Amino acid sequence: MAMTTGPKPASRGAGAEGRLQTQEMILNVGPQHPATHGVFRLLATIDGEILINAEPVIGYMHRGYEKLVEQRDYRQITNLVSRMDWLSGINNELPLALAVEQLMEIEVPPRAQYLRVILCEMNRILNHLMFFASFGAELGAITPTFYAFREREDIQRVMEATTGGRMHFGFFRPGGLKEDVPRGFVDEALKGVRQVIERLPDYENLLVGNEIFKQRTIDVGVLDREAAYSYGVTGPIARGSGIDMDVRKDEPYLVYDQFEFDVCSAPNGDCFDRFWVLVREVGESARIVEQAIEGLPPGPIMGKVPRVVQAPAGEVYVRTENPLGELGMYLVSDGDRRPYRLKIRTPSYSNVSALSHVLANTYVSDMIAILGSFFFVLGDIDR
Amino acid sequence: MFDITLATWQILVIKVLVILTVVPVGALVGGYAEHKVMAHLQHRLGPMYPGGWHGWATTLADGIKFLLKEDIIPAAADRKVFSFAPAAIMVPIIMIYLVIPIDRNLVIEDLDVGLFYLLAIGSLSTIGLLMAGWSSANKYALIGALRSAAQLIAYELPIVFAAAVVAMLAGSLSLIDIVEAQNFPFAVWPPGIGLVAFLLFTVGAVAEMTRVPFDMPVAESEIITGPFTEYSGMRYIFSHMFAEMGHMVAFGGIAATLFLGGYKPIVPLRILEYIPGVFWFFGKTMFMIFLFLWIRPTFPRVREDQLQKFAWKFLIPVGLVLILATGAWVLYV
Repeated sequence: MAMTTGPKPASRGAGAEGRLQTQEMILNVGPQHPATHGVFRLLATIDGEILINAEPVIGYMHRGYEKLVEQRDYRQITNLVSRMDWLSGINNELPLALAVEQLMEIEVPPRAQYLRVILCEMNRILNHLMFFASFGAELGAITPTFYAFREREDIQRVMEATTGGRMHFGFFRPGGLKEDVPRGFVDEALKGVRQVIERLPDYENLLVGNEIFKQRTIDVGVLDREAAYSYGVTGPIARGSGIDMDVRKDEPYLVYDQFEFDVCSAPNGDCFDRFWVLVREVGESARIVEQAIEGLPPGPIMGKVPRVVQAPAGEVYVRTENPLGELGMYLVSDGDRRPYRLKIRTPSYSNVSALSHVLANTYVSDMIAILGSFFFVLGDIDR
Repeated sequence: MFDITLATWQILVIKVLVILTVVPVGALVGGYAEHKVMAHLQHRLGPMYPGGWHGWATTLADGIKFLLKEDIIPAAADRKVFSFAPAAIMVPIIMIYLVIPIDRNLVIEDLDVGLFYLLAIGSLSTIGLLMAGWSSANKYALIGALRSAAQLIAYELPIVFAAAVVAMLAGSLSLIDIVEAQNFPFAVWPPGIGLVAFLLFTVGAVAEMTRVPFDMPVAESEIITGPFTEYSGMRYIFSHMFAEMGHMVAFGGIAATLFLGGYKPIVPLRILEYIPGVFWFFGKTMFMIFLFLWIRPTFPRVREDQLQKFAWKFLIPVGLVLILATGAWVLYV
């Protein structure tokens, strides 16, 4: 009979002395479980309702991207990396395009840069709304799901008209874009984005103003600042822990330095703060899209790119702000049409590594809230 | 008028037939209402699609889908208990309907201890949940079953207190007497007592039905569907969907009977007396069902410990004080 050994804060209902003799139980959460958004497994040791510790087990979706890309030329890779994080496809294509452009020293025309910003931010809105929806659903509130999907659809339709895809866009090329945006893009995009801005307060009130929601998230799953640093956590999760970092601000790429937007952050590092950061970032992204559409210059959408995209020998590291955190690509070229090596640093991989730190000594229900507030995409973890 | 005399067994058969018709129809109506109310509240498109107009065939399509599913029993499960559990869940719920008066003379059995019977039989289905959870040989099912047992103990008490208040005000345990004792504006009056008792009963009923925000035992994002994780096909329908809907309609009827004046008209007008009590009863029941349905899309789920704290530290003390207040009211007012 193993008595529970893990430290238990006094506030826990079970009480410390004179409690019933209980036995620990191993619970495999996943690989198929509704709260893990895919094939993610959590090896959890539970004692009744208390989660003593949990260890994430990943790798069920490993597809060998880093090896695959070595066999394909740059235009093909665009479509591959688009599938890593399926919620933010176009954001994944960006660092690859930037890396190749830096190696080949291609000048990207301003219109293409603006359009890239617009599409990336619209994709960020899509991604964030998706996590807004799923976080609500995980806490048992089903209404946000449907509201968020209604909003997503408006923007999704603009993206579809522009790129031809709903998830895997394959629209960025080294040197610019695949093609110019269709007629009516500006109006439709503005309409969709303004609708999001207009309805966002409703969404916030639906969840953030709810007393049960607050009780479920405030002071639950606290990831402190130091731990966030040491695990290499980035993106909305790091900003929810009070780390004020955003690649778009710190090392502006494309034309992000020309727009006004705030880096949202919150100090406590609990589920509520992570969620709050995520929700506010939707508004900031919408602001960027509005500004970019207003300043959208005319002109070509493709720089001077040779017929065969062949990066000269060298190496380059590019980092961009993916919706879920910092996405880095380290490209090594030996002058071939294919990369010699492409090391990808994906945000979800680093973010879930902090999970076991946060999950120890929580409730089983908190585990779901924490999993939901860590905003990870399985494809992005395993690649 | 006809003068028909029926043998006891004939009356029994008719009663059984009536109850076996009313309960599934009630559950179907509840399921249909749930589809539609939620679709309207949440901009859902799916439930508005099947069958054309207003998606009238949704419930039908759902039912057929489940009928056609394979009935899977896990290899490690305790086959007998596993197969019997849905019945153990469903039968007590059907038995609730026996004492609910639909009209002055339209009740299957007018028991002298109707209220007592109602509360006693209503909590029996938890045994079925425990059977299902234990026999499934699944950890999620086990957690769910234990959660539902814990929840029953905590939330049965507020319901009992609220019902006791009504019994004290009416001075009887027979449901017909309780309805007859209620004069407009019914038992939700007196405001300090009846209203609180009504709210207490509603909260307890939502918890007893394991619906959001108290759906910890079946929390689908945490423990899949709790005790029903391993069930499929018709067994799943009977143990979960049908039981939940049957429960909801039953609780709607109980609340209408205890607090909203049952088959009596909502305002004491002579002309309204001509409308049959059945309409008033079902109208009030539908109102309660709508209330239950409305709660679901509005709230997130509470956590297990918060749920217990809410019951033991808030609802039950409130219920105890309420009973004292009712005693004072009955004695001195």
